[in-house]
Amino acid sequence: MDVQTWTWLLVGLTFALYIGVAIWSRAGSTGEFYVAGGGVPSIANGMATAADWMSAASFISMAGIISFAGRDGSVYLMGWTGGYVLLALLLAPYLRRFGKFTVPDFIGDRYYSGWARFVAVLCAIFVSFTYVAGQMRGVGIVFSRMLFGDMETVLGMTPINAGVVIGMLVVLFYAVLGGMKGITYTQVTQYCVLIFAFMVPAIFLSIQMAGNPIPQLGFGGGNEAGYLLDQLDGLSQELGFAAYTEGQKTTTDVFFITAALMCGTAGLPHVIVRFYTVKKASAARTSAFWALLFIAILYTTAPAISVFARTNLLKTVENASYEEVPEWFSKWENVGLIAFDDKNGDGLIQYTGPNAAEMGLPENELTIDRDIMVLANPEISELPDWVIALVAAGGLAAALSTAAGLLLVISTSFAHDLVKKTLNPSITEKGELLVARIAAGVAVVIAGYFGVNPPGFVAQVVAFAFGLAASSFFPAIILGIFSKRTTMQGAISGMVAGLIFTASYIVWFKFISPETNTVDHWLFGISPEGIGTLGMVLNFVVTIVVSRFTPAPPPEIRDLVDRVRLPRAAFGEEDGGPVAH
Amino acid sequence: MEKTDLPTAEERQAYWRKNLSWLGGLLAVWFVVSYGCGVLLADKLDEFRIPGTGFKLGFWFAQQGSIYVFLILIAIYVKVMNKLDRELLHGGKD
Repeated sequence: MDVQTWTWLLVGLTFALYIGVAIWSRAGSTGEFYVAGGGVPSIANGMATAADWMSAASFISMAGIISFAGRDGSVYLMGWTGGYVLLALLLAPYLRRFGKFTVPDFIGDRYYSGWARFVAVLCAIFVSFTYVAGQMRGVGIVFSRMLFGDMETVLGMTPINAGVVIGMLVVLFYAVLGGMKGITYTQVTQYCVLIFAFMVPAIFLSIQMAGNPIPQLGFGGGNEAGYLLDQLDGLSQELGFAAYTEGQKTTTDVFFITAALMCGTAGLPHVIVRFYTVKKASAARTSAFWALLFIAILYTTAPAISVFARTNLLKTVENASYEEVPEWFSKWENVGLIAFDDKNGDGLIQYTGPNAAEMGLPENELTIDRDIMVLANPEISELPDWVIALVAAGGLAAALSTAAGLLLVISTSFAHDLVKKTLNPSITEKGELLVARIAAGVAVVIAGYFGVNPPGFVAQVVAFAFGLAASSFFPAIILGIFSKRTTMQGAISGMVAGLIFTASYIVWFKFISPETNTVDHWLFGISPEGIGTLGMVLNFVVTIVVSRFTPAPPPEIRDLVDRVRLPRAAFGEEDGGPVAH
Repeated sequence: MEKTDLPTAEERQAYWRKNLSWLGGLLAVWFVVSYGCGVLLADKLDEFRIPGTGFKLGFWFAQQGSIYVFLILIAIYVKVMNKLDRELLHGGKD
């Protein structure tokens, strides 16, 4: 069988599996639709959280980003894992004990205000939509590159759009039917697919390049030519790039970006809501451990892949004759992931870095898309066909699982927080479930629209999602649990201040005045990616100061906070259901 | 033997204080490994290598070590809190 047949086979099989799981675990009540009835075992929830969290970006792009950024790529590795410590220690157990269904539920009840809830709903919907557009695009990219590679049009659409539509239909089916319960068990399946697909090529590569089957150790190892990292540093510098293990970003910026990603992770509604699906607070802690363990398997392997892939790439293309490049080169050239422009007409590929001119090296002739590091890696290293096909199935699993989780947050925010809690409190459970399903359907269509017509700034707005989550939700939730004195006025003004500050900074440098987006113009040398941290500090300060000068929260709220802090049994209540108040 | 009477207000406060001090300790480690070893002190640590590997120490902390420590921190917290929960609810006995 050839690669194409293998790919169709594996993708077809995994899709059938997801749909089968969704039918088996469909939701019957709003409780099951929103939080899977609150009865998911912690290890399964950990796995689902990991799949929910690791998106097309983690699977396809992250190793590539690190591969090109080298040391600076660390911000993503630490930022996107360190947030789980905050979740496990400061958020998840308390929010689980509070019960109910959503983050806006907590904000609305804790700050005894419909306005606080409303601000939280808007943030949740905005953050989730920016995120989901990128996922649908990811599905389209995998389809067009791996499955429709040699086709001009598919069903009358461009290959990438056809991919988006297929992805939409699959997600529509299992998110609308299964709700959180269906999504949880599909995500467990998807985690298994994606981690297998990520690890197999990594293990092959690690054995090939370092003689060690464990990639995490392999990239610190080496061969007869010395340690891999030293070879890569040397090779990079020879070609006019910076040394791989040395950073280019300033320490301040690295610090602020890492913090924004960490706190943003802990504040993302689609991650938090996963901890509402377990039985009780202690299960939420255990579940956070499992989630980080499953995430860490991929996140500690990614930097190893980056090193292997980068070394391989530099060795393969440098001064190679364009006539004699391996087959993968032209294949990926056709789908636009790699481009060669023979500027000096010598028929050889010169791949050089930013320092090339001052070092007297020829001009760079090769443009490489970072996604190639994962997508084409198995081919570059001449791995078997089924491994290449596996990467497509894994990329789709990663994109679909994240998209489904986000769509559920959007539909829950709409049906539960807006319709049930704000517009029409007398709606029946059946009616609410119907509204939730319709909202999920509409959200899929909108997400699909953005996947087909991506706003030119999808990549840019990711910084937005994390910055906004860090500067809005994170302080409001933390202070809501750890400070009884925090008042409605404090929390609302803090969230609004953090949001407006962060959003204006990002909008200014990304959209209004992108030409000034350099370190000289940044406030304290902090890039738009890292500004969420400062917005968060601002939110904390405003909330604490305003709270001091406004009347203390009513006694029932102080009682609510007490009940969130301690095990429910300490008050003679059952563990499990929502806090009574 | 399960206690039939509920924990007193003092026991509840003690539970919360212990929780807070564990949080403080664990988060201090969290900060030191990630922001300390991985960012602020990374250049200093890069002067050392993990023996027998190509890893500079600061680089390793930023791309591997911090993640392992995060996992250990959560594991410790899970253990500690389960124990505190038991003490609060069953007077320290299972």
